Amino acid sequence: MIYLAAEHFVRAPQWTWYILGYFFFAGLTGGSYALATLLRLVGDARDEPAARLGFYASFVTLLACPVLLTADLGASWLRFWHMLVDVTPGDQGLNFKYWSPMSVGVWALLAFGFFAALSALESFVLDRRSNARPLGGIAGRAFNVVGGVFALFIASYTGVLLSVSNQPIWSDTWVLGGLFLASGLSGSAALLALLTRYRPQAAFSLGRLHEADGYFSILELVLLVAFFLTIIAAGTAGPTVPLLPLWLLALVGIGSSLVVARGQMRIRGAGGSAAIARAGTDTLLVSTLVLLGVLALRAAVIFSAQ
Amino acid sequence: MAVTIKPGESYGFFTDTSICIGCKACEVACKEWNQLQGDSPKFLADSYDNTGQLDDQNWRHVKFIDQVPAQSVDAGNGKAFLMMSDVCKHCKHASCMEVCPTGAIIRTEFDTVFIQQDVCNGCRNCIAACPYSVIALNPATGTAHKCTLCYDRLQGGLQPACAKACPTQSIQFGPLAELQQAADVRLAALHSQGVSQAQLYGRDDQVYGGLNAFFLLMDKPETYGLPNAENAKLPSRNDLGGYVGALVTAVLGVIAGIVAFRRRGTS
Repeated sequence: MIYLAAEHFVRAPQWTWYILGYFFFAGLTGGSYALATLLRLVGDARDEPAARLGFYASFVTLLACPVLLTADLGASWLRFWHMLVDVTPGDQGLNFKYWSPMSVGVWALLAFGFFAALSALESFVLDRRSNARPLGGIAGRAFNVVGGVFALFIASYTGVLLSVSNQPIWSDTWVLGGLFLASGLSGSAALLALLTRYRPQAAFSLGRLHEADGYFSILELVLLVAFFLTIIAAGTAGPTVPLLPLWLLALVGIGSSLVVARGQMRIRGAGGSAAIARAGTDTLLVSTLVLLGVLALRAAVIFSAQ
Repeated sequence: MAVTIKPGESYGFFTDTSICIGCKACEVACKEWNQLQGDSPKFLADSYDNTGQLDDQNWRHVKFIDQVPAQSVDAGNGKAFLMMSDVCKHCKHASCMEVCPTGAIIRTEFDTVFIQQDVCNGCRNCIAACPYSVIALNPATGTAHKCTLCYDRLQGGLQPACAKACPTQSIQFGPLAELQQAADVRLAALHSQGVSQAQLYGRDDQVYGGLNAFFLLMDKPETYGLPNAENAKLPSRNDLGGYVGALVTAVLGVIAGIVAFRRRGTS
């Protein structure tokens, strides 16, 4: 049922490859930090190596973000800092518009960078001192929790940013923020699962990561359905059709997560250990498909409106 | 029309499309004054319009809306083209200004919307937001460009180049209140002559709080590529829904993570 035939006469902003790259890495850096925090705070002591892996992954993927955002500015790249500081003559000061996700996002990225860098540094120090313990006490936990809140924001605000426009499809739905977050969490779980191949101490968490990926994928699937329902209702779903291969690739990623998570839960139900889960699943293939799906989803959303 | 231009007052355009003859003098005058080179010449094979669109090089664009009937009609009923000199609307509630993260887009002392070239950093958020497809990026400067409503001329007490060049006074410049009054008189005259389809667009606050550059149209707004009042919405309308959707997802995601990672006593 079409309740609003949304009409758009707007020009596409040409947010293309750099922005696609940024959205991809923003999902992974935020998702990885959030998962690392959860592994550390609610997981087993044996989840700590995977948690540190998450903090490392978050920091490394974060590094790509400002580079991509600055490159996207083209000839004005040296003015990237104008996002933070208003240089209008006679009206100098800090820029912050709570109603503009791009403005909020820049500050959030800056704040998150602090948490991601410090958490990665802490992990680095801990890995080199076997008798050291993670930042304990309320302060340490609070640091990770606050960082985790910023992380969840970074993984999701890119979708809200697209919606807060007048572009067809993007502005016809409220789902994108949640969809990008669920996808980012799923991709991050897949990334960490993939990285456990190179860090045997983290293998304990592999099955849990697959299980979490499954939950995130269910969330993503529900939100994907909601996304299409909202844009069909707005009468602007047409331009998504030519990008069918990308949508299918995103669905393959979701499906892969669900299959592996189901297998993992069966193994756990039968009393198997995480190590069995690792042996029973081809993490490399599945994680690659999930990460490709994360990229494809963002590409489909970005290019369907442009 | 001689106009005394004073800072602190609202100025704008009233573009009466019923008397536009499609001469494009406005386009030429705009390019001459603002030193716009224009896009590379191209043949669009679409009516008499080879400008195509408003962009960084075209701050005025005369639209030729083809309404040539497929079959002959009775004498006096045929309409070949609707012509309209399109321009930045200098909205009271400007979508571009709302989303601009750098503060580059400001409202001037003449109540017009202006992009400060030395502040803009080319993020293109304004392009995604402008519902009229007015703003475009200049790749050479890496900044967003659009009609300035001849800010420099206004500061010098001169009316904008397009309005000065318009031979039919289809484009009128002046204090907003006077233009609105003139538009009301013109609309009433047309209606009294039986031209019932004539309507004002942006005269009142139904569209983006009112437009400083408003129009008299001879058909519904959508025909001219203008969103009607129902579709004229600010980008910030999606802030709440977008963030709430993300927040709910975040809560569910954290719960999912807790379920998956919780201590189970596995050995």
